[in-house]
Amino acid sequence: MRRFLGFRDFDWPLLGMVMLLCTISVLEIYSATMHTKYSGFHTKQMLWICGGVVAMFIFAKIDYHKLIDLVPWAYGVCLIALVAVKLVGTKVLGARRWIKVGPMHFQPSEWVKLILILAVARYFANLGGRRLSWRDIFKAFVMVGIPMVLVLIQPDMGTTLTYVPILVAGLFLGGINLRQALILMTCCVVLVAGAWTSGKVLKPYQKARLTSFVNPDNDPKGAGYQIRQSLIAVGSGGVWGKGAEKGTQTQGDFLPIPHADFIFAAFGEEHGFVGSLFVLLLYFFILMRLIQNAQTAADLSGSLIIMGVVAVLTFQIAVNVGMVIGFMPVTGIPLPLMSYGGSSVLFTFLALGAAMNVRMRRFVN
Amino acid sequence: MFSEDFSNRANRAEKLPTLMFTVAQYGILLLMLGLTAGLWRLQVLGAENFRMLAEQNRIRKVPVMAARGKLFDREERLVVDNYPSVSCFLVREQNHNVDADLPLIARGLNLDLEDLRATLRHYRAAPGYQPIPIKQDITADEVAFIEAHRNELPELETIDEERRLYPRDGFAAHLIGYVGEVSEEDLNNSRYAAYEPGAMVGKAGVEETYDELLRGQDGSRDVIVDSRGREVGYLRTQHAIPGQDLKLTIDIDLQRTAELALGEANGAVVAMDPRNGEILAMVSHPSFDPNAFAVRIHRADWNKLITDPGHPLMNKAIQDQLAPGSTFKIIMSAAGLQEGVAQNMRVNCVGGGTFYGRFFHCDKHHGVLSIEQAIPLSCDTFFYTLAQRLGIDTIAKYATALGLGSKTGIDLPAEMAGIMPSTKWEMKNFHQKYYAGSTISVGIGQGETQVTPLQLARALAGIASNGHLVRPHVVVPDQVPAQFRQAVLDSFPGAGESDLPLNPDTWMTITDGMAAATTTGTAAAAHIDGVDFAGKTGTAQVVGSGDTHVKGGAKTPNSWFVGMVPRRNPELVVAVLQEHGDWGSNSAKIAAKLVALYVEKKRRQEHNLMEKAGENKPVEVGAVWSDPKPAARGKGAGAEEDSELHGGHFFVDPEKALGMATEIDPKSIPQGLKPDHFVGAIGTTEVVPCYKAPNIGKDEVVPSYRAFMREGFCAAGGPRAIGSAALPLAARFTAWMPLRFRERQR
Repeated sequence: MRRFLGFRDFDWPLLGMVMLLCTISVLEIYSATMHTKYSGFHTKQMLWICGGVVAMFIFAKIDYHKLIDLVPWAYGVCLIALVAVKLVGTKVLGARRWIKVGPMHFQPSEWVKLILILAVARYFANLGGRRLSWRDIFKAFVMVGIPMVLVLIQPDMGTTLTYVPILVAGLFLGGINLRQALILMTCCVVLVAGAWTSGKVLKPYQKARLTSFVNPDNDPKGAGYQIRQSLIAVGSGGVWGKGAEKGTQTQGDFLPIPHADFIFAAFGEEHGFVGSLFVLLLYFFILMRLIQNAQTAADLSGSLIIMGVVAVLTFQIAVNVGMVIGFMPVTGIPLPLMSYGGSSVLFTFLALGAAMNVRMRRFVN
Repeated sequence: MFSEDFSNRANRAEKLPTLMFTVAQYGILLLMLGLTAGLWRLQVLGAENFRMLAEQNRIRKVPVMAARGKLFDREERLVVDNYPSVSCFLVREQNHNVDADLPLIARGLNLDLEDLRATLRHYRAAPGYQPIPIKQDITADEVAFIEAHRNELPELETIDEERRLYPRDGFAAHLIGYVGEVSEEDLNNSRYAAYEPGAMVGKAGVEETYDELLRGQDGSRDVIVDSRGREVGYLRTQHAIPGQDLKLTIDIDLQRTAELALGEANGAVVAMDPRNGEILAMVSHPSFDPNAFAVRIHRADWNKLITDPGHPLMNKAIQDQLAPGSTFKIIMSAAGLQEGVAQNMRVNCVGGGTFYGRFFHCDKHHGVLSIEQAIPLSCDTFFYTLAQRLGIDTIAKYATALGLGSKTGIDLPAEMAGIMPSTKWEMKNFHQKYYAGSTISVGIGQGETQVTPLQLARALAGIASNGHLVRPHVVVPDQVPAQFRQAVLDSFPGAGESDLPLNPDTWMTITDGMAAATTTGTAAAAHIDGVDFAGKTGTAQVVGSGDTHVKGGAKTPNSWFVGMVPRRNPELVVAVLQEHGDWGSNSAKIAAKLVALYVEKKRRQEHNLMEKAGENKPVEVGAVWSDPKPAARGKGAGAEEDSELHGGHFFVDPEKALGMATEIDPKSIPQGLKPDHFVGAIGTTEVVPCYKAPNIGKDEVVPSYRAFMREGFCAAGGPRAIGSAALPLAARFTAWMPLRFRERQR
């Protein structure tokens, strides 16, 4: 059967929308960094995108069932890598997130996301849609919880949070019932509140970042500064924007990291409400397309893989754009396909590759 | 977790229910709608507000400092200038650790590291965008350091300013005043309401009174900055309107002579034109360096200034209130003659006299005296007697009419009024009857009477001007807007202009008496041949009796002299006060120097013999002297000389005067100066070498002001000669050299 598989089954419209977003991203990175020490990052980003596309095609070629078979091994390697990072990783800005292999820097926490998507998909596919027992739920928690804790102590709260939607999506699609969900949510609220007040889990700067979005004017030069500048950038863009390379907040260096975490603010300033809405629409169509692919998947595991990807992407979009427009705290979660960053680009393309993988094999079986 | 092998695909046929996908789709749609709503709120509803905030972020209004108006002397020679100066500021960056750079900054800018830290601590609470002033008036080396370290020390910024450049060595410092940062108390004062914190304002002297005119109007520039506050460009500039230049009434030559003549003595000299109240010179010693205030004054320097027993910040010419001593006898004479008491009074001085049961001393046994002799000899006994006859209230009536006990209304801040006792005054202040015996002391200018040098000059010159009293001022009023002039008059209330009608007899007698004082009387040592110089000495006891007559001693009397030239309707009055300066004749010599210079200058400037030479007839010269040949002068200053005064003018043969020209020995010339022709002045003054100024560039090194004058350089007045080639030069020096000289303190 496999010999009929080919790139005509590939999701070309999806790839088209993705590449359109990538083009917007490269242009905005160019505009945002042109007068800074980061100028030239747009070319780097292009290289990452090219690499990502290639990786996506390769990843799509391998049957996802095979990938799922290999997941236990990959999961083990991930745990080892995360422990290694904590022990021998490179320290950047007070957090050990990077591991150096030769000339390359890896951020294992990004790869863990992908492995977790597959692992969760495998786990719930194996359960086969039957009613989840508390034991099943507990196992799922442990599976996602171990890497989460390892990443949280790096510390990298942003990435840690992106693991949550994978688990939530898995539980939801895996057939959790309402009663169980309510009990779990209550437990989570209690746990989070406990962690917050104990002061041991979160560092003070993390707490400050999390709370300052509520009222950034309380501390205009500290944690609230970024939010405030971001709001000014987006707001001052108006309906039509100030024009490419003309954003005063972006060009004047008021907007923090306008090429990475705050790229949506930079884009919003320079291209206004119309531009921002266009980007949001693109994301919406991409996500819808992915969900459609999940619906047409040949089996449960395929659907679960794509839905995991959708969950992660949706979460990142919601948190990043929410942060930029003042709905969410500053967490350092990049905007997929827009923010500058090699690991983020590679992960996104591999995740899309996994989705393509499933789609290409929708008629198998 | 992975217990079951996945290759056992028992559930491969399972599918997710469609409902779940629908839920996911609607969830995402809701999310997107939520985000869109957020964008709508910011970009459509809040656009205006955020656009404004973005502009505020980006555009900083930077003041463009207006250059303060310059000050010129009456001949339009520069007295107070500005110079371009650079100040260094520290801009706190977002992510830059400034503390680590401090040692480097301190080294490069020659600052004390601890002081620098203290400055930063002081500004810690200030908003982050506000630059912190680190050092003002930095040197070229320090500017170079900042430029060279732009990359390592991006937080350093420089700002160009115009800074005040005052004459050195405290020249005319009290009159000019100084500028300083407006204090917080000042800002609460309505007068300073319009001023921004940190603005430079006049703090004393002319700088304070005329601050509004001098300060001009600061402009501003909208500067585009990035998030670190660094300038990336600017939008529009509103140019500063420079302050108005003011012409002072002082004459640099006279001022300089006064400064030098007073020397190290603690006291004051004030020279005024009694015809219009223009102050030609005003010196108070010890002085201070106003330049120290122009760049923020150091605490130690300030403490030194305010604790100095000589009170360097006090303008003694208008603030020092002391007993006038014998100079008061002129006022007594005026009162006595006007009341018809003194004319026929004859007093036998036997070294004093007994009044109200107490013996009052006189310096000498003067024998029988009339008022004509009593004034030049300053006989105390005569004036004791006169005081007794007049009574305190008559004395006070004349004294207050002559301005004693009230401010003169000069356009300088913080003038003092002095005290003139009377029965009313005694009642008001001490609630008791005036003790008549005190009148005797008042008669010779002792007792409770207190006057300032300026008051005394105004009063005595007023008598010599036939009772016409003027309001002194230090700025030529023509160029001051009428409204501002009126405001100055209103804010400095005082005796102002007034007339005290005098009998001709009174006027003649007193002026002749004062003329005799500088000829044969107490100030004979200050006599100037050929100049109609009149005056009155005063030797005012400081604490009761027991004078020590050691110059500068705590019990040594204060030395006063008020002199004028010519004796009637004087053009110049000079009041000199030396605290603990012993005999009044010491001060008379100082006044004589000013008078001599003034007369000389008048001869030179107003009657240029060069122009009239060749006409082969005598030329009318000067307005203030009686006779060019000392030999022709009789003893004393008799009334018969009036006919020779020609209204204060006399005749000179220009051919003869010019014939005295000689060349100067080039070896005796101080380095850097070129000799020019000089001639001996006619008549009275000695032959003085003089030099033409070489081309003086702004960077040329010229010795300091004092040294400058020791060399005998005729900077301001030009050659002290008549009819030389240097005369055009003499007429006007556009710039006064020490002011031009820019030597940065390192």
